[in-house]
Amino acid sequence: MIPDVLIIGGGVVGAACALDLAEAGCRVHLLEAEGLGGGATAAAMGHLVALDGSPAELDLCRLGVERWKALAPRLGTALEFDPCGTLWVARDDEELALVRPRCEAYQVAGISAEMIDARHLHEVESCLAPHLAGGMRVPGDAVIYPPAGARLLSEAAHRAGARIETGTPVATLEPGGVRLMDGTRIAAGAVVLAAGSASREFLRHLPLVKRKGHLAITDRHPGFLRHQLVELGYLKSAHGSDADSVAFNLQPRPNGQLLLGSSRQFGDDSPELRPALLRRMIHRALDYVPGLAELNVIRCWTGFRPTTPDHRPLIGPMPGRPGLFLACGHEGLGITTAPATAALLTAQILGRSLPLDPAPFLPSRFSELAHA
Amino acid sequence: MAEGLLVIGAGPAGLAAALAASDAGMAVTLVDAQPEPGGQIWRGQWSGEARGAARAIFADLRRSAVTLRLERRVIAAPKPGCISVCGPSGPEQLPYDRLVLATGARERFLPFPGWTLPGVLGAGGLQALVKDGLDVRGRRVVVGGSGPLLLAVAAHLRAKGAHVLAVAEQAPRHALWGLAPELLRRPRLLTQGLGFLGLPLRHDAWVTRAEGDAQLRRIHFRTPSGTQVVEADLLAVGFGLISNLELPMLLGCACEGGRVTIDAAQRTSLPHVFAAGEPTGVGGVEKALAEGRVAGLMAAGREAEAARFAPEAERGRAWARALETAFAQRPELRELPEPSTILCRCEDVPVGEVQSLERGRDARLHARCGMGRCQGRTCGPAAEFLFGWAPGGPRLPLVPTTFADLVGGLSDPEQP
Ligand SMILES: Cc1cc2nc3c(=O)[nH]c(=O)nc-3n(C[C@H](O)[C@H](O)[C@H](O)COP(=O)(O)OP(=O)(O)OC[C@H]3O[C@@H](n4cnc5c(N)ncnc54)[C@H](O)[C@@H]3O)c2cc1C
Ligand SMILES: Cc1cc2nc3c(=O)[nH]c(=O)nc-3n(C[C@H](O)[C@H](O)[C@H](O)COP(=O)(O)OP(=O)(O)OC[C@H]3O[C@@H](n4cnc5c(N)ncnc54)[C@H](O)[C@@H]3O)c2cc1C
Repeated sequence: MIPDVLIIGGGVVGAACALDLAEAGCRVHLLEAEGLGGGATAAAMGHLVALDGSPAELDLCRLGVERWKALAPRLGTALEFDPCGTLWVARDDEELALVRPRCEAYQVAGISAEMIDARHLHEVESCLAPHLAGGMRVPGDAVIYPPAGARLLSEAAHRAGARIETGTPVATLEPGGVRLMDGTRIAAGAVVLAAGSASREFLRHLPLVKRKGHLAITDRHPGFLRHQLVELGYLKSAHGSDADSVAFNLQPRPNGQLLLGSSRQFGDDSPELRPALLRRMIHRALDYVPGLAELNVIRCWTGFRPTTPDHRPLIGPMPGRPGLFLACGHEGLGITTAPATAALLTAQILGRSLPLDPAPFLPSRFSELAHA
Repeated sequence: MAEGLLVIGAGPAGLAAALAASDAGMAVTLVDAQPEPGGQIWRGQWSGEARGAARAIFADLRRSAVTLRLERRVIAAPKPGCISVCGPSGPEQLPYDRLVLATGARERFLPFPGWTLPGVLGAGGLQALVKDGLDVRGRRVVVGGSGPLLLAVAAHLRAKGAHVLAVAEQAPRHALWGLAPELLRRPRLLTQGLGFLGLPLRHDAWVTRAEGDAQLRRIHFRTPSGTQVVEADLLAVGFGLISNLELPMLLGCACEGGRVTIDAAQRTSLPHVFAAGEPTGVGGVEKALAEGRVAGLMAAGREAEAARFAPEAERGRAWARALETAFAQRPELRELPEPSTILCRCEDVPVGEVQSLERGRDARLHARCGMGRCQGRTCGPAAEFLFGWAPGGPRLPLVPTTFADLVGGLSDPEQP
């Protein structure tokens, strides 16, 4: 039997789920507290990146990038899909030595990746500092404009029959449905909790914290950069210690703007910019791309990555709560992995064949949820 | 004991604050983005010929111990007690014990078809260009919009040889009667008014459209007796002034109704931070001078003396409120833009692309409205009037700043 599905949250993840579920034949009703794509999705770089923190992560990313590529022509130019590829940059020979095994791992996963030596690095990106050791190019990666992604996915879902309601906050989960702030009860066969960091407000014991990030954007400099640049040390920052960290991450926007990231911080839930961290982030970037120094920054902002203890999202049925499914906790990869999340969750809800191994993402992997 | 006062803005309010505090023995630093002190109203009079109140104030300033930091724009407030500015020699951090915010005001623009054509300028903007030497002799000019600035600009243009074809004031004549009691208490304003005699002022009149291909040629304006079309070279248009609140908001000062919230002694909601002049309500030079003096004296700890000037500052705020009521924008102005009329000039966003959206944030995120270089300083107030969207909060840097300067501006002098 195909259930009616109610989705809480119109970020990129909720919107992607709405589209897949609607196209699979469900009656979908998405409830967004404010505007579409206004949460973490509005703050994100929109780098569609195959990241290999673990084989499971790489798998989810690969499917995500693949599906975005297929969706892009359907969703239209407002998505700002740009197949610019990623250039991972090595600072020194030690980092470069890691590139070869990494290339091989990507190829095993079916993702094309090539090594770039120091000599060719500047042919690929002339703005890079002369002292850098080389890098790895992943040509299949891309960039989108995330808030438009959420909106366009929702609009496509609407065309497939979904009902999309903005400005409608959900107050509580109830058996067999939800209750809105205004007291209205809505029943549904299945409820998908895709409220990003706010998902914890519904289930206090969700192992979810906010990991803050800073970004800065420049005015327009078409031609300055072709690839999204990321330092090879990025994984260490993303998956490593709990201390505040910065990693060099520079993105060419399709209109010629440059978007600079990024920082990672636990335990700071205020949206305010932290000057010291921003300064560290810029310093780091100037090491890699000295020519940035003279470009104008027009705005800086912060956002919050919804983060789990093992850095993998929560996708699948909530133990002990029949009819409740989670799609949250995507940390710094939710834009990339939203369509993969949607594919997996749709298969889980409808009991169809799964596009990838669900185990690494199941909420039940956390003991506090398994015994709830 | 000399404590440090930092004054942001060297218009009348900032100058009065700096001088009052300096006279009281404080070490004062006065910052302005322009190369000369004087603000909008005394533009060009520091190096040129100073007239009226400016003459005495500039003379006092030259004799004073106030440190001038000109051509420096505030980019950030990296921590309490410190403002980062950027100037010709790069970024600097200016520490303070007390702070006076005298950041002035800017013109309000409302979109109408053709408002982005070359030849259409802000009323204050055109006046500034003329003060800086633009030749308007023989040019046919229409002045439109709202507020006391229109007549002053028209009179100035006429004195410089322009043909002022019309001054279109959208406010109804009867609304201005409300100003009469205040005006009678301000004889200086009445004499100034004599300079406006003979200007072709129309009340209840507003520009509805500007036309031309590459350059302004024709202006349509509505009057109580019907629509008129005139051929013109320049259109100077401004719908009053709006307070510059970006820095107060970045610092976290409470603001309400487009003004910094202050008490009778110019204190903002933040300790040791005062505001004076247009940020507390647009009321002109006398209000600015009175408020500046109170703020400067308060900053210097001369509370009793400040209290003597406080009533004059309060009268200035009453005047500002009366002006705001008298020159309130009429609702018909919301009907002026067509779907193709540009709302956000930085990002070329037409009204039609955002008018069906629910919130200002949607317009930012989904249409790039207010996302450009000026960060919504122009389109934000227009969108607030047209659609009721509250403007977004300012973020660092307050003005476009290079990465190099931003790093310098954010560095912590105690931890190099
Ligand atoms: C600085 C930064 C950079 C990033 N860069 C990238 C990147 O380059 N690539 C990448 O793949 N990922 C990136 N991310 C990660 C990405 O932003 C997130 O993983 C992703 O946006 C999560 O999407 P979401 O839909 O789960 O959450 P959100 O976008 O936060 O959506 C949740 C939605 O739920 C709504 N909601 C909340 N409470 C309720 C309620 N009670 N009722 C109804 N609705 C509610 C919210 O309003 C919101 O719209 C970045 C994140 C940050 C912070
Ligand atoms: C790919 C991409 C490109 C972008 N390009 C641009 C661009 O070119 N120009 C541009 O201007 N923006 C750009 N943005 C940024 C975007 O418009 C917002 O700035 C971003 O969503 C973060 O929001 P914000 O904190 O800046 O402020 P807002 O969008 O205004 O909202 C953030 C929320 O935080 C609240 N808040 C309260 N206090 C604070 C505080 N002290 N600090 C921060 N937030 C506070 C606000 O009230 C609001 O609810 C881009 C975003 C993306 C994803």
